[in-house]
Amino acid sequence: MTGLLALIVVILFVVTIWQMSKIFKLSQLKGNSENGQIANDKDNRVNGKLMIMFLIFMYFITIYCFWNYSKFYLPEASSEHGSSYDTLMFISLALIMVVQVITQALLHYFAYKYQGKKGNRALFYADNDKLEFIWTIIPVVVLAGLIIYGLFTWSDIMNFEEEEDAIVVELYAKRFAWEARYAGEDNILGNANVRFIEGANTVGVDMSDQDAMDDVITSELHLPVGRQVIFKLRSQDVLHSAYMPHFRAQMNVVPGMITQFSFTPSKTTAEIRETQYMKDKMQVIKEIRREKNKKSLADGNGEIDEYNEFDYYLLCNKICGASHYNMQMKIVVETQEEYDAWMAQQKTFGKSIAANNE
Amino acid sequence: MSAHAAGLDHAHDDHGHHHHKETFVTKYIFSTDHKMISKQYLITGLIMGIIGIAMSLLFRLQLAWPDHKFTIYEVLLGDWGKDGVMDPNVYLALITIHGTIMVFFVLTAGLSGTFSNLLIPLQIGARDMASGFLNMISYWLFFLSSIIMVLSLFVESGPAAAGWTIYPPLSALPNSISSSGMGMTLWLVSMAIFIASSLLGSLNYIVTVLNLRTKGMTMTRLPLTIWAFFVTAIIGVVSFPVLLSAALMLIMDRSFGTSFFLSDIYIGGEVLHNSGGSPVLFEHLFWFLGHPEVYIVLLPALGITSEIIATNSRKPIFGYRAMVASILAIAFLSTIVWGHHMFISGMNPFLGSVFTFTTLLIAIPSAVKAFNYITTLWKGNLQFNPAMLFSIGLVSTFISGGLTGIILGDSTLDINVHDTYFVVAHFHLVMGISALYGLFAGVYHWFPKMFEGKMMNKNLGYVHFWVTVIGAYGIFFPMHFIGMAGLPRRYYTNTAFPYFDDLSDVNVAITIFALITGAAQLVFLYNFIHSMFYGKKGPKNPWKSNTLEWTAEVKHIHGNWDGPIPEVHRWAYDYSKLNKDESDYVIPGQDFAPQHIPLQDNEEEMNH
Repeated sequence: MTGLLALIVVILFVVTIWQMSKIFKLSQLKGNSENGQIANDKDNRVNGKLMIMFLIFMYFITIYCFWNYSKFYLPEASSEHGSSYDTLMFISLALIMVVQVITQALLHYFAYKYQGKKGNRALFYADNDKLEFIWTIIPVVVLAGLIIYGLFTWSDIMNFEEEEDAIVVELYAKRFAWEARYAGEDNILGNANVRFIEGANTVGVDMSDQDAMDDVITSELHLPVGRQVIFKLRSQDVLHSAYMPHFRAQMNVVPGMITQFSFTPSKTTAEIRETQYMKDKMQVIKEIRREKNKKSLADGNGEIDEYNEFDYYLLCNKICGASHYNMQMKIVVETQEEYDAWMAQQKTFGKSIAANNE
Repeated sequence: MSAHAAGLDHAHDDHGHHHHKETFVTKYIFSTDHKMISKQYLITGLIMGIIGIAMSLLFRLQLAWPDHKFTIYEVLLGDWGKDGVMDPNVYLALITIHGTIMVFFVLTAGLSGTFSNLLIPLQIGARDMASGFLNMISYWLFFLSSIIMVLSLFVESGPAAAGWTIYPPLSALPNSISSSGMGMTLWLVSMAIFIASSLLGSLNYIVTVLNLRTKGMTMTRLPLTIWAFFVTAIIGVVSFPVLLSAALMLIMDRSFGTSFFLSDIYIGGEVLHNSGGSPVLFEHLFWFLGHPEVYIVLLPALGITSEIIATNSRKPIFGYRAMVASILAIAFLSTIVWGHHMFISGMNPFLGSVFTFTTLLIAIPSAVKAFNYITTLWKGNLQFNPAMLFSIGLVSTFISGGLTGIILGDSTLDINVHDTYFVVAHFHLVMGISALYGLFAGVYHWFPKMFEGKMMNKNLGYVHFWVTVIGAYGIFFPMHFIGMAGLPRRYYTNTAFPYFDDLSDVNVAITIFALITGAAQLVFLYNFIHSMFYGKKGPKNPWKSNTLEWTAEVKHIHGNWDGPIPEVHRWAYDYSKLNKDESDYVIPGQDFAPQHIPLQDNEEEMNH
C-alpha cells in the first residue's frame, strides 16, 4: 500500500514538473504583450471548466471518505448519555453536509457558468434587502434549534443528579500514568493533596483522614455496568485530560483544583467485544499487526505486542510532556458480580500503608 | 476632518516634487515609506512561512511513518534526529513552533502587516501612514521578534514545546519538559516584542483610516479591504494586551516565584511551594486573545477577497452594507466567545452554555458573508486571474471549515472531539488555509502595485492554485474522520497502542497530500522571486479596478501621487453600472467607474 502510494507521488511529481516546464515555455512565447499576464477568454474557459471539475473532485473525496472512513467513527456509545450525544452529532453532521453540498455547488457552478468573455456584460446588482433578510433569518432559526437542543443535552450531561448507588472514583493523573482511587465502603473519598505525597503514599492521601483508610487505589479502572460513576479528577503535576472516547466523556485534569464528570456505563467490555463493529475492527487490526510483525521480525526488531482483545481505554488528551502520547489506562466495564469480586481482591489504602510499614 | 486632510495635501504636494536623496539604508532598510515597509513585512512573513511549513512536513513524515528512519531528520534536526529517529520532545517543539509561526508571524504580521501597510494609505488616498516612524519601529520590532523566535530553535535544551497555547504548568516548569527553560523564555520574549509591534501597527492603522481619508472618502465609501483592516486593528488593540499580561504573569511565575497559574504541584520528586494559582486563569487570558486572533487572521483575508471578487466579477460586491455590518458583528462577537476553547477545562458548565450561545451566533454574520460572495459571482463576467481563483478557494474553505465549527462550538459535541484531529482539520481549513488563500490572492493581485508594475506569471499561478486547492482538501478533509475516530492531536505516534492501527493508511495519504501541496508552494516562490526581478510590466491598472491605489504612480515615490491627491466621488464598486437609458456603461466602453471619476451626466446616483 505504502509502496503504491509512494509510486503515485513520484509519478504525480514528474507530471507536475513536466507540465510546469511546458507551461513556462508557452507563457514565455505569449507573454510579450502588455496584457500577457492578465486572464483572457481562454484562461477563463479553462479555469471555469476546472472549477466544475474541482466541484466533482470535492464530491468525490467527500463520498470516498464517508464510504471508506465512516467505519472509523467510534462504535455506538457505551454510556447512557452517549446515545443523545450521537443523535445530536448525527443531526448536526447531516445538516452541515446538506449546507456544504448546496453552497459548494452554487459557488463552483456560478464560477463555471459566468466565466468571463469579452463583450459579456455583468449585471449591476448591488443589494437586495429581501435576500439578505432571508439568509440571515434561515441560519438564525436553524441555529436556534441546534443551540436549544445542544444546551439541553449539555445540561443533562454536566449538571447530573447524583444517584443513590453512584460510585465515586478519583482519577489521578501524573506524568505519564493514571491511577484510580475508589471511595471504598463509605463511598467518601479521603482528603488528598500533593503535599501529602511520601513513600508509599504516592497519590498524596491525607493519612489523618479516617475516610481515606478504606479508599482503594488501582492502576486499572473497573466499572460496574448500569451504575452511575462520578469521577473526581486530580492532577499531580501539569494539565492532563481524561478522554474516554467510547463513553463520550472527557474532562481536563487541572493541578490545584478538582474537576468532575459523570456517566453511566451501559455496555460491558464483554458485550462490546461481541458487537459486529468490534469484530470487524479487530480483524482489520490483527491483519495489520500480522504484517507489521513480519516486517519487524525481518528487520531484526523482534516481535511486536499482540492485540487480541479490545479493551476500553482512557487517554491523556492534553499535552503533558515527552510521553504524552503513551499515557493511558485500561478500563474494564463488567457486571456488578464481577466488579464486586474484583474489588474484594484489592487492598484498601489503610491496609497497603500498614503492610508497607511492617 | 476633510479640511484637515486637504491642508495636509498641500504640505505634501511641495514635498512630492522634490525628492530626497535616498541612500540604500534609508530606502531599503530603515524606510518609513509604507510601500517599502509592506514589502519588508511580506518578505519576512514568507521566510517565516517557509520555516513553518517545512516544520509541518517534518512532523507529517513522523506521523505517517513512525517506524521509518528518515535521514532528513538527522540533517535538519541534528542530535534531535539521531539515526533518523525523531525525538518525541522535538516533535512537540515542531508542532509548537509551527503553530506559533503560522498564526502570528505569517498570518498576522505577514498578511495583515503587509496589506494594511500597502493598501490603507493607497486606497484611502493618503500620502503615507499617520506616523511613518512608528510604522518603521513596528516592522523592526516584528523583525526582532522573528529573529528571536528563530534563534530559539538553536537553544540546546530545545525550543518551546508546550503547544502554541503554552498552557502552564507545562510551560512554566523546566523540569517537566526541558524546552520550558531557555526555549520558553525566548518564546515569551519574542511574543512580547511581537505584541508591541502589533500594537504600534494597529494604532497607526486606526488613526490613518480615521484621519487621513481623502476628500469625499466617507466611511461608507471605503473599500471593504479597508473596513476589514480597520476593524482587525481594533480587535488587535483590544485583545493583544491581554496576551501580553498573560505572558508577563507567566514570566513572573517562571522566574520570580509567583503563583498566578500554579498550585499544588509535585514534580521531580518534590512539592513546589506554589499555591492558589490556576492554569484555568491562564486559559481565559490566552483565549481572550486567542479567539479574536482567529479573526485578526481571517478578516483581512475576507476583506482582500471581497475586493478581488468584486473586481474580477466585474460586479459590485453584493450587499456592501451587510458586509460591513457582518465584519462589525464578527468583530464584536469574536471577543465574547473565547470560552468555547474551554468547555471541558473544568470551568462552570453554565459558562459553557453561554459560550455555546455566543459562538453559534457568529455563524450568522459568517453565513451572510458566504452568501453575499456567492451572489456576487451570480451573473458576473468572471475574470479568472490567479487572485480571483484564490479568492473563490477562500470562500470554499471558509464554508467547509466554518460548518464544522457548528459541531465544535456546541459544548455537548465538543466533549468527544475536543483536542482530536477533528479540531485540527477544522481550524486549518477555516483559518489557516482560508487566510493563506487570502494572502496568496493579495500577493497575486497587488504584486504590480508592490513591484512597480511588474506582474507575476499567471500560468504558474494557475498551477500553484490548482495543486494547492486539491492538496489542501486532500490533507484536511480525511482528517475530520480520524478525529471522529477519537484520535487525539499532538501525539508523537499513534502506534503506541494498537487501537488506532487501522488509521495509519489515512495518515499516510494525508502526508502524501501535504508533501505535494508543500512542493506546489515552491512554484509560488519561484514565480514570486522571478517576477520580482524579471516580471513583465503590465498596464497601470491591470485588473481594471476602481480603487484609488491604481491611480497612484506606478513608480514608487514618496507621497504616492505626483500631483494632488485624487478626490473621491463614488463608492468603490461601480462595476458594470449602466447609464440612465441602459444603452451603455456609465463611462461609454468601459465597464468600471473608478472612485475618483465624478458623477456622469447620464448617471443615476445611488445610495449604497
